[in-house]
Amino acid sequence: MKHLRSIDELGSDGLLRLLDLTNHMVEVNRRPVPKVPALRGRTVVSLFFEDSTRTRLSFETAAKRLSADTMTFSVSTSSVNKGESLRDTVETITDMGVDAFVVRHKSTGIPWQISDWTTASVVNAGDGWHQHPTQALVDCFTVREALGKERFDGLTITIVGDIKHSRVARSNVAAFSMLGANVVLVAPPTLLPPDVSHWPVEVSYRLDDVLARTDILYMLRLQSERMSQGHVPNLREYAETYGLDALRVAKLPPHAVIMHPGPMNRGVEMLIDPSALPNSLIHKQVANGVSVRMAVLFDLLAGESTAANLQQVAT
Amino acid sequence: MTRIVLQGGTIVDSRGEYDGDVAIENGRVVEVGENLRGDDVIDATGCIVAPGFVDLHAHLREPGKEEAETIETGSRAGAKGGYTALVAMPNTDPPQDSVAVIDFVREQGKRAGLVEVVPSGCITLGRRGEALAPMAELAAAGVRIFTDDGSGVQDELLMRRAMEYGKGLGITLAQHCEVASLTKGAVMNECQCCTSLGLPGWPSIAEELMVYRDIELARLTGARVHFLHLSTARSVELVRAAKHDGLPVTAEVTPHHLSLDETRLTTFDTVYKVNPPLRSPRDIAALRAGVLDGTIDALATDHAPHPRRDKELALDQAPPGMLGLETALGVALGVLQIDVAHLVRVMSINPARIAGIEDRHGRDIEPGAPANLVVFDPHATWQVVPEALASKSRNTPYVGMTMRGRVRHTLFNGAFTVRDGEAQR
Repeated sequence: MKHLRSIDELGSDGLLRLLDLTNHMVEVNRRPVPKVPALRGRTVVSLFFEDSTRTRLSFETAAKRLSADTMTFSVSTSSVNKGESLRDTVETITDMGVDAFVVRHKSTGIPWQISDWTTASVVNAGDGWHQHPTQALVDCFTVREALGKERFDGLTITIVGDIKHSRVARSNVAAFSMLGANVVLVAPPTLLPPDVSHWPVEVSYRLDDVLARTDILYMLRLQSERMSQGHVPNLREYAETYGLDALRVAKLPPHAVIMHPGPMNRGVEMLIDPSALPNSLIHKQVANGVSVRMAVLFDLLAGESTAANLQQVAT
Repeated sequence: MTRIVLQGGTIVDSRGEYDGDVAIENGRVVEVGENLRGDDVIDATGCIVAPGFVDLHAHLREPGKEEAETIETGSRAGAKGGYTALVAMPNTDPPQDSVAVIDFVREQGKRAGLVEVVPSGCITLGRRGEALAPMAELAAAGVRIFTDDGSGVQDELLMRRAMEYGKGLGITLAQHCEVASLTKGAVMNECQCCTSLGLPGWPSIAEELMVYRDIELARLTGARVHFLHLSTARSVELVRAAKHDGLPVTAEVTPHHLSLDETRLTTFDTVYKVNPPLRSPRDIAALRAGVLDGTIDALATDHAPHPRRDKELALDQAPPGMLGLETALGVALGVLQIDVAHLVRVMSINPARIAGIEDRHGRDIEPGAPANLVVFDPHATWQVVPEALASKSRNTPYVGMTMRGRVRHTLFNGAFTVRDGEAQR
């Protein structure tokens, strides 16, 4: 694998491979000294054009635990503010000798454009509304771990909220359905993309109708700017219709689990303190972020001698 | 004075197809017949000899964005594509809303001397859609076609006034149909593809609503309205019905909307970003049918050069537009099952009439007609190599593609601007 840009590009074989590899990384992270020399001498650059806390930090931690060198490119102090084009920036950093770019950008497609301009690997850490493949890997791994299942056949995963503007939703629809889940999207029609008829999903406009048959309830963040764009009249109405409160939790089957990619909007889509939920996987999602991203970087940068390097990780 | 003879070709004009030689002297056709003699005899065997192409829609970028194109380089690209006249779009900087800018554009065209550069005028001052440009002044300076291309005139009252006022001037209003409130931030067609790519969609209805509005305003005012770069099946239907009602409306389509669909954007290559966006295969089929049945009057390139650095921006930030002048003939012959006589109608005769230059372009090839001619081989193939293009920019979506139909010679006012495929100046 040269790049990780979308779940579709990764394919189901790649998805399963990375999820299996993550198990090894979880083991590494349990050690007293959670660090292995697998990527010694490799350099990973994080190129974040959008704010991020958990994704950026978990990538950097992942790289360091594999002994890679890391560079952080910060837009505010870079030449981008002096009018340097993204291509020039990427070519300049490539010339310094780097092995992977971890990229987040508010525009769809940037990871593909960057991969045309560099010989290094490109990891998509979120592009526009399009894809966030490592979040999908984190979520799949978290479900696997919590439910003890390799595949998700027979599970109903309900994704609730602003599907239209969500890269997490796009990556997760692809990943969950690759693993066999029945995916249900719940949102008002204004927050659904224009035409999902070709997606392997069911659509419902009413959350209360699907809760009873939901095994995994996946809540998305609603950004307050959606109100001013007329997608929803106001946040209170959205919260009443699609927010998760105690009544709705009670409608879920007892075994159901709750997920959220963060950051949460308390009082909007989360009307209940998630720490009060016995069946929340939200903290596990964050905790697994590092292991999954270690697996991704390892697969990209040590991929040619995976078997040998796996030994190195394991010992 | 040199007497040029185009020998052995098939002449195609509004009267049909017929074999014959064409003799040219002093900038005009002087004789059409068999076995004509001359000082400079060009073998046109196997070629079509037709009135030079007329593009209703060229962004020549001068003044203001000479990094992308100049009137000279755009004219050269036009000549290489077989064009003898280009309507220069008014979204320059400053825009073509004053006589000074109109005169400048026309003079730069004359200086280049490769095609007739026909300046269009803005409908509204600064293309801001707020107040009418001095249309009578511009009309007196020779402007026959007015447009705010790049944006449509949003305000219904202002558009009504433009039509009423324009009617008194005998000019044509050309509309870029796009209801702006429906396309804010839009990057590509609103479709399954944009759903998966997470790109803001440009819905067909944003075009169709304005097509419908302007058809009804034309019905009300009697003004002549031309629809720029139509891109949807429903737009074609609306125009077909309007023509059936006898309204004075005309329409154009671009080669790229006839040849490329929305799925091109899955490559994230900004070369495919264009406004209106590439649409669905169903729309493409309807546009092709519209050309063939005469609903669509003209092929127009919407030639929109952009420098590399602008097209290297993200998809949502890169400017829309692609080159068109040098590939239009090849695309038209490649995607349309069209007879040559109809091709000449949509690339020369009709656009010349819409632009109001039918006295000197798109004319029948007969003694006395200005020698604005194209000689092309409809069977010869060539490959699109960006570096070989005459345009200053390289944003062609047809890189590496093999085109059928090659311009051999272009004559503008009786002089070769292109000879044996090479620009002469």
